[in-house]
Amino acid sequence: MKHKWLIPWFFIAPALGTLLIFFFLPVLASLLMSCTDFDIYALGHLSRARWTGLENYGRLLQDPLFWKSLGNTVYFVLAGGPLTILAALLAAIGLNSRQLRLRDWFRLGYFTPVITSLVAVAVVWRYLYHPRFGLFNYLLSFIGVGPVNWLGDPVWAMPALIILAVWKNFGYYMMIFLAGLQTIPDYLYEAARLDGAGWWGQFRHVTLPQLAPTTFFVTLMTIIGYFQFFAEPYVMTQGGPVNSTLSVVFYLYQQGFRWWRMGYASSIAFMLFFIIFLIAMIQMAARKRQEAA
Amino acid sequence: MSARDVRMKIRSEASAAERAGGVTAFRRRHGRLLSVIGLHSLMLLGLAVTLLPFWWMVMASFMPGGEASTFPPRFWPSRWSLEHYATLWERLQIGRYFLNSLILAGGVTLVSLLINSLAGYAFAKFAFRGRKSIFTLLLSSLVIPGQVTMLPVFLMLKQMGLLNSYFGIIIPGMASIFGIFLIRQYLQGVPDSLIEAARIDGAGELRIYWTVILPLAKPILVTLALFTFMGTWNDFLWPLIVLNRQEMYTLPVAIANLMGEHAPDPELMMAGAVVTILPILLLFLALQKYYIQGILMGGLKE
Repeated sequence: MKHKWLIPWFFIAPALGTLLIFFFLPVLASLLMSCTDFDIYALGHLSRARWTGLENYGRLLQDPLFWKSLGNTVYFVLAGGPLTILAALLAAIGLNSRQLRLRDWFRLGYFTPVITSLVAVAVVWRYLYHPRFGLFNYLLSFIGVGPVNWLGDPVWAMPALIILAVWKNFGYYMMIFLAGLQTIPDYLYEAARLDGAGWWGQFRHVTLPQLAPTTFFVTLMTIIGYFQFFAEPYVMTQGGPVNSTLSVVFYLYQQGFRWWRMGYASSIAFMLFFIIFLIAMIQMAARKRQEAA
Repeated sequence: MSARDVRMKIRSEASAAERAGGVTAFRRRHGRLLSVIGLHSLMLLGLAVTLLPFWWMVMASFMPGGEASTFPPRFWPSRWSLEHYATLWERLQIGRYFLNSLILAGGVTLVSLLINSLAGYAFAKFAFRGRKSIFTLLLSSLVIPGQVTMLPVFLMLKQMGLLNSYFGIIIPGMASIFGIFLIRQYLQGVPDSLIEAARIDGAGELRIYWTVILPLAKPILVTLALFTFMGTWNDFLWPLIVLNRQEMYTLPVAIANLMGEHAPDPELMMAGAVVTILPILLLFLALQKYYIQGILMGGLKE
């Protein structure tokens, strides 16, 4: 065949073309838009958008609502991330135990929340959190707690969303941890036992170090995922009460698609990207240093 | 000390040791039993907490109106009622939203499977200039959050007149970096000799892709299809933005919208949640080993 070198290009063209048009060019377009005052008037006629340089970013840094949303998001990531990872690790260790019967059933049960629609379960949880009729307050009353006004109290609304997120997501990371646990060879545990290590010693000196690459990956995934939380506040609290659950993506959505301030919303999107990118870089660097040491 | 005393002493020491050994063995055996019971109770408690919301969702969806807003909360209906499912179907057009979700998830899955498998095959089995750098570029752009491209793509679809159409979801979803990656990883394990043999037999390149590669890649195609279908079915933010005419709503968008008007009807909302979750749950139960395979391949991508 004459044009043999063309074949692979022919095969990747549809995918690359789609990604170029609907992913890579929009990233650039978004960057450009973030330097304009693109708003509802520009939506009618593109030429009404004016170049404003870094003005949006300057405004963003002085926007108390943006800082509020960023603070809330960081709260969600810092509390929800470790809790999710901890729950996932504990569940994986339990599942990995040789003494456990009906392992497949437990695994399936723990995994179920992962595959469900976040909107649907957020709707369910909204009722479970109901201050008067909700199941959670009812169960808590048996141990003498509450009643807590979960979604109506600015102090409790965020913890409520975090608990939902942990419940929804831990099963995914549990699967990854479980696979990681299964690659740890038995002789390491035997050696630790011969050295007199108990359960905790084995966990600290064998399990945790052996799982380090898995934990690194899981941490990165959780952080990136949790920085983008949106559907929970959208369905359960609409960002309230008093903006206590306003997330960065929810704020972006409000600015961009409710008030059509698309230039400003683009600058929020890039800020989010920048933060996620920075965290990913820091984590990778930390990981490299750890490996080198 | 006489020989008899010595023997007595040895015997008593031995029996003491035996007794002591018996005690440790006893403790060990019962300790193990305790730890087995402890493990199972903890795991069962965790399972109960995990499944409780689903239990309440299903039960409340069958309760007669008002019964889910009582104190103390009920754990099962006093009388099984299908009225809320009937209301959803007859008055609230849930069938239409179900169909929209089905068409979109099915459409994105079919088209993206074709496009991603072509690209994944090329990246796995052809040597061409720029292969490595393009692939690295694709992988590193996975850190870019989707929200960055949302606004320009929305404007683009608006210009093309694709808002409120199925294509507004299907076209941008035609290619996915994760999908290309998954298929490339899998096909790298396929021996070149199979492809070479087909070439020697005079098969054309498209024919090789269709009759040799696709059948070989079947397990990973099922995995990817499952991920894509479930991802599109459950997706919320993008359909919320692109499909804002009511007859185009997908199930999650419709449910979130119903929440606005029907928040005082928990039974009705629970029925809606069941309809949204059930198809995906059944699909997952049927094909779970493929899904787990996908998580693990994604989890090993570093």
